[in-house]
Amino acid sequence: MVKLLEVKDLYVSFFTHAGEVHAVRGVDFELKKGETLAIVGESGSGKSVTTKAVMGLIPKPSGLIKKGEILFEGKDLAKMKESELQNVRGKEIAMIFQDPMTSLNPTMTIGKQIMEGMIKHQKVSKDAALKKTIELLDLVGIPQPELRVKQYPHQFSGGMRQRVVIAMSLACNPKLLIADEPTTALDVTIQAQILELMKDIQKKTGVAIIFITHDLGVVANVADRVAVMYAGKIIETGTVDDVFYNPQHPYTWGLLASMPDMDSKGDELFSIAGTPPDLIAPPKGDAFAARNPFALKADFELQPPMFKVSNTHYASTWLLHPDAPEITPPDAVLKRRNLRTKAGENRGK
Amino acid sequence: MGRYVLQRLFYMVFTLFLITTLTFFLMKLLPGSPLQNQEKLTAEQREVILEKYGLNDPVPVQYVRYMKNLVQGDLGISFKYDNREVSTIIGERIGPSAQLGFQALMIGTLIGILLGSIAALRHNTWVDYGSTVISVLGISVPSFVLAALLQYYVGVELRWLPVAMWKGFEYTILPTLALSVFVIAQVSRFMRTEMIEVLHSDYILLARAKGISGSGIILKHALRNALIPVITILGPMAVNLMTGTLVIERIFAVPGLGEQFVLSIMVNDYTIIMGITIFYSALFILIVFIVDILYGIIDPRIRLAGGKS
Repeated sequence: MVKLLEVKDLYVSFFTHAGEVHAVRGVDFELKKGETLAIVGESGSGKSVTTKAVMGLIPKPSGLIKKGEILFEGKDLAKMKESELQNVRGKEIAMIFQDPMTSLNPTMTIGKQIMEGMIKHQKVSKDAALKKTIELLDLVGIPQPELRVKQYPHQFSGGMRQRVVIAMSLACNPKLLIADEPTTALDVTIQAQILELMKDIQKKTGVAIIFITHDLGVVANVADRVAVMYAGKIIETGTVDDVFYNPQHPYTWGLLASMPDMDSKGDELFSIAGTPPDLIAPPKGDAFAARNPFALKADFELQPPMFKVSNTHYASTWLLHPDAPEITPPDAVLKRRNLRTKAGENRGK
Repeated sequence: MGRYVLQRLFYMVFTLFLITTLTFFLMKLLPGSPLQNQEKLTAEQREVILEKYGLNDPVPVQYVRYMKNLVQGDLGISFKYDNREVSTIIGERIGPSAQLGFQALMIGTLIGILLGSIAALRHNTWVDYGSTVISVLGISVPSFVLAALLQYYVGVELRWLPVAMWKGFEYTILPTLALSVFVIAQVSRFMRTEMIEVLHSDYILLARAKGISGSGIILKHALRNALIPVITILGPMAVNLMTGTLVIERIFAVPGLGEQFVLSIMVNDYTIIMGITIFYSALFILIVFIVDILYGIIDPRIRLAGGKS
């Protein structure tokens, strides 16, 4: 498949009173047409900043792309002028934000907000834009779209508003959709509906999606591939099966172990001890070393490279080095490996 | 919406009634009478006049009589200006006051919105700091001090504009400026704060993510939302201008309503005091009402909430 987006060695910093915050520290990833990549990580891991850099929405002058390339269909977005970026945003790459209650303009009808991008990018007439808007609202599952276009955001519920935001993002048939925690602010039942809707839309339009989330359940549901971020770096990447059933990085182990499942009743839920490092002065080795019970001496001293686990699966931990001592991962991880073997056997039958 | 307006109208009339009643009795507490400085009158003549105007009756009786006339739209006649109707006097005097107030409000709001928006867009630069200094000065320097300064420097030293009187448009410029500085200061401060908040909101980020250009974002998305709270201060501001004109009209010798009001209080011209108070109150209540309607036009959330009730 053809590469749609390629991010190479991206560094983003924010300049605050306390000093330079190294929010993104050398991120590489790529996305093929029509593919869904989930970027997982806790707050402050740099997942939102990475995608904001792709959109050219890093707040200036406090934030800066220090280094790296963001190749979208071969063009480097990191070097584009604001006026050129305006022709990419909304048209080629669209974005959905976390909180639908605040991401719509309260004093503009939703119809106008959806049509705005179309009129700007596609130079269509108002009537044509309105017709397309009604179709879009219908596509995202809003009943009586002819009536609803004239209404204001406060007349919609949270889930409906997120549908409106999704319709808005699809207005110009973008090739890439960046969804920044699109279900985090919604009830669980609505979350499921929105995820279904996004999968459905991907099937119909073939749009590639970058899905930012800290919810591993969501990842398993929607993604083809996963990138796990920690302290401004991608520390493990692979297909959903790779990362869920054969995780390699101890941070990924911690994440998966702290996810409740059907069997964990009564027990105290696992949590990763400690807090993420201060990104004003990032540690020189693996940023997770200080919280990692399996950390080797090398993890504290030297940044581990991306070790190849399989053709699709890479992880950045010294544990994968040929000379590393053999260790036993936590039970939760072993259980997952067994599940994979079983799943494989079932598939074989 | 219709029911809402009707409800509001009822409250407006009730408020006006309360203000009228209160002012009537408070005014009667003032020492002296309209005849206090008429030394040439004998005691008998005085009695005749007081009797004629009904000023010897108990206060409640006078009150009822006044209210009866008021309901019929009769504000009575002046005690001082030889039987002239109060409504005629107000009519003659309202022109200059209204013109000054309107000019100051328009200029002040426009410049204030512009200044506040620019300050917000250039947040934390010298433009922002400069506009903050102007706001603080505008709020803390009283209009009469500014009026005197303008009169001296622009009127006397530079001779660009007339110092006082009311003979044409150029005579309105200095008093308008003196009045509008406070409006500029207030509006720009509000506008700056609101604009900064709006520019940091999610929907502005989403608009940028749609590829809308900078000017489009400000004009289509930010301005309207930032204006909502500013509209709310325009009502009190308009009132401030009305009372502000009392002093400014005096300084610039403008034959306005404010000047007449001050004169009448000093000589106990009861009917004129009542007339102007009622007029001012009605105007204030009306402005607040208009502001509320405006608020609803700009903010759809309010419009619909009002419609449902």
